[in-house]
Amino acid sequence: MQALTNRAKPVDRAPMTWVEKLYLWNILKGMLITLRHFFKRKATVKYPEQKRPFSPVFRGLHILNRDEQGRERCTACGLCAVACPAEAITMEAAERKKGEENLYREEKYAARYEINMLRCIFCGLCEEACPKDAIYLSETFAPANFQRQTFIYGKQDLLIPDPVKEPELYAKAVGERGKKN
Amino acid sequence: MTLLTIDWVLLTEKLLLVVAIVMISLVIAMYETYAERKVAAYIQDRIGPDRAGPFGILQPMADGLKLFMKEEIIPNTSNKLLFILGPCLAMLTAMMTSAVIPWGSALHFKMFGIDRMVTLQVADINIGILYIFGVVSLGVYGIMIGGWASNNKFSLLAALRGASQMISYELAMGLSLIALLMLTGSLSMKTIVEQQMTQGVWNIVYQPLGFLIFIVCAFAECNRTPFDLAEAENELNFGYHQEYSSMKLGFYLFAEYINMFISSAVMATLFFGGYDIPFFDEAAHIASWGATPVALLTGFVFLIKIAFFIFVFMWVRWTIPRFRYDQLMNLGWKNLIPLALVNMVITGALVLLKQNHWHF
Ligand code: SF4
Ligand code: SF4
Repeated sequence: MQALTNRAKPVDRAPMTWVEKLYLWNILKGMLITLRHFFKRKATVKYPEQKRPFSPVFRGLHILNRDEQGRERCTACGLCAVACPAEAITMEAAERKKGEENLYREEKYAARYEINMLRCIFCGLCEEACPKDAIYLSETFAPANFQRQTFIYGKQDLLIPDPVKEPELYAKAVGERGKKN
Repeated sequence: MTLLTIDWVLLTEKLLLVVAIVMISLVIAMYETYAERKVAAYIQDRIGPDRAGPFGILQPMADGLKLFMKEEIIPNTSNKLLFILGPCLAMLTAMMTSAVIPWGSALHFKMFGIDRMVTLQVADINIGILYIFGVVSLGVYGIMIGGWASNNKFSLLAALRGASQMISYELAMGLSLIALLMLTGSLSMKTIVEQQMTQGVWNIVYQPLGFLIFIVCAFAECNRTPFDLAEAENELNFGYHQEYSSMKLGFYLFAEYINMFISSAVMATLFFGGYDIPFFDEAAHIASWGATPVALLTGFVFLIKIAFFIFVFMWVRWTIPRFRYDQLMNLGWKNLIPLALVNMVITGALVLLKQNHWHF
């Protein structure tokens, strides 16, 4: 068979010489390699104290976004749920009443909005599908838990803090990603 | 009437020494488990256990506690008596070897009107090396009995492997030592160390090949990787201690670490001058500093030598994979034994020539 790359090496099937049969020389070579690794910089970090920065395209937990005045952006159009390959998103729409203009940006809003984090594959298609810039994938993990039920995140878990009332928390939740766009 | 008086001072002295050595071996074995994990981690570019205490130094306690708290399971098809005897025997033989190793020069003790020199060696018997061989070969019973009593095919296979491996490598080990014994002319560990001290040259210089064979066989005797066929995790499911749980398993694992400690001590004693401190005149310093500080210092140096060999054990373990069984047997019977024989013949010839006043 023709070699597919130029890196192919023929297997050496020659019987071992007496020195090779003692294995000592090759073992010594191997031990030098491991000794070098012994003094190398370590590849792992001490996790909870030390964290590695995420890449700018990291897709973590979802955030339901608000606009500058602190109103929810989501209009419950359902495009995210349709786009979702894992069928992780459920929502219930409701109509905005008079006097609720400071809460919801559009006339229709999501009264219930749930993402099942056990189903979600963090593909980010919901973020891409959303016409209202209402959903984002943040830079945090879904924390471990003991009950399945706790992995269904409702609106209270997903909504970003209000930028008007709690600007620091908002800035923290937006993170690096918010600064770029 | 004085014939049968018991020397109480000697008795208490030896008892204290035994207790101290047992404690030290246990503590060292404990920290060997920690060191093993750290060395493995560092070789694999990891950090290793660092959660329990600063740098994770409390990790062995946590591990020990865990082993004690685990449920003790004795399989109902097993032979109960032998099942319990197995780990006991493994531990016992591991601890017994330390009796003949000289841990340092003599302490000078002057208290309560007693004035005596206390040698840091439990028993200076004149057949020290033979004793070690005897006890070490008993160690195979721990494995055999454990594997047999478990009533499990894998355990039995592993036990058989372990037994045949130990027997084959003991041969080469013994042969490599014969060459050394021809040089020293004594089987007493203490005499061997003292000879190296007065000569100022360690036996490794005269017996490099012998040392090489000895260290390979020591690996096999301790059932350490590359020769850990008796507990091959991936083919035999942990081998002879597969059915063991809780502290009985802990004893087996512990025995392995104590064995490692003791064989490091034997290697240091026989080939690397024992408690001899290089470029340091012990006799002169005993005169000027007194015996006790020098004894402690020599003991400490001995421990450093041992620590180095323990590191080599771990280093090798995390470098090379396990041998195949036929490779193991070929290496033992077809390579190491002939090599040891050649080494023995050459050494014998040289010793003979020297005795007949040849100069070379
Ligand atoms: S990230 Fe992907 S899987 Fe998760 S909710 Fe969005 S679209 Fe669905
Ligand atoms: S998050 Fe976006 S896509 Fe999903 S329902 Fe709300 S507005 Fe529509």
